[in-house]
Amino acid sequence: MLDFLLNPWPWYFSGPMIAFVMFLLLWTGKTFGMSSNLRTLCAVLGAGKKTAFFAFDWKAQRWNLIVAAGAVVGGFLAANYLSNSTAVNISASTIAQLNQLGINDAGSAYMPSALFDLSAFSNLKSILLLSLGGFFVGFGARYAGGCTSGHAISGLSNFQLPSLIAVIGFFAGGLLVNHFILPLIL
Amino acid sequence: MKTIVYFSIGILFGITMFKSEAASWFRIYEMFQFKAFHMYGIIGSALFCGVIITYLLKTFRVTSILDGTEIQIADKEKGWKRYLFGGLFFGFGWAISGACPGPMFTTLGAGFFPIIVVIAAATLGTFCYGVLQKYLPH
Repeated sequence: MLDFLLNPWPWYFSGPMIAFVMFLLLWTGKTFGMSSNLRTLCAVLGAGKKTAFFAFDWKAQRWNLIVAAGAVVGGFLAANYLSNSTAVNISASTIAQLNQLGINDAGSAYMPSALFDLSAFSNLKSILLLSLGGFFVGFGARYAGGCTSGHAISGLSNFQLPSLIAVIGFFAGGLLVNHFILPLIL
Repeated sequence: MKTIVYFSIGILFGITMFKSEAASWFRIYEMFQFKAFHMYGIIGSALFCGVIITYLLKTFRVTSILDGTEIQIADKEKGWKRYLFGGLFFGFGWAISGACPGPMFTTLGAGFFPIIVVIAAATLGTFCYGVLQKYLPH
């Protein structure tokens, strides 16, 4: 049992756990949607003074910021106390492919050090990639009115056609960049 | 009380994101390469359970455990442009950063500090959407 929890979780345990988190949020009268926090963050930083989109009572969204803060602590606990190893056991063919792209820690790390080691802070290319990726995620999530949690899990669970369109967009955009752009910029 | 409830749910979510490896850049890369079932299994089984949960909550008009009001699961606004175009942008970023908004917070806690750049840029992206909203097709 303990080993089961300390090893990487299999998909058939992970998926239901995510659904359970969604259930807990619905059961407490809220919704499962993480990207809303980025909008709330803008409002907290004062963006509502000039832009109507951010002029709302952000304190009503405090609960979701608390969920996000919990997710930070959860990540800390999982990485430091709940893991035998944090190497991600991706497939051999993925490892070979990433090695060719110059990412040599594929299969032995949780994140590529080229992007997520402290040294990335002093590497212009890494900073540019992280900024570009983050910007599109934030812009796209709000444009689409939700992200993976809001559309792919919550929306599809409720048979929402808009969510299906959004998820098709997520994957179409991701496939395009993964196959045609990443090999050029990594 | 409510703070403790939501904080605990967040901790559970963070642990799940990390242990499922959905917060790993490598898993997102591999997913878009169709080289493993893992991520599709996670999303598929989450959806399978999610559909049942949503159906039961709506059918039996379950009330919130905190304040006793009936649980509302709102429909998304109709339309397609914003979902398709916004979705595409999101996908571009997802493939590059390997992070969606939930796992961003998890990876920060796990100690991959350059994710701060992603979170800051995502907040800026959200801000830019708010400013440009009225000029974009929805």
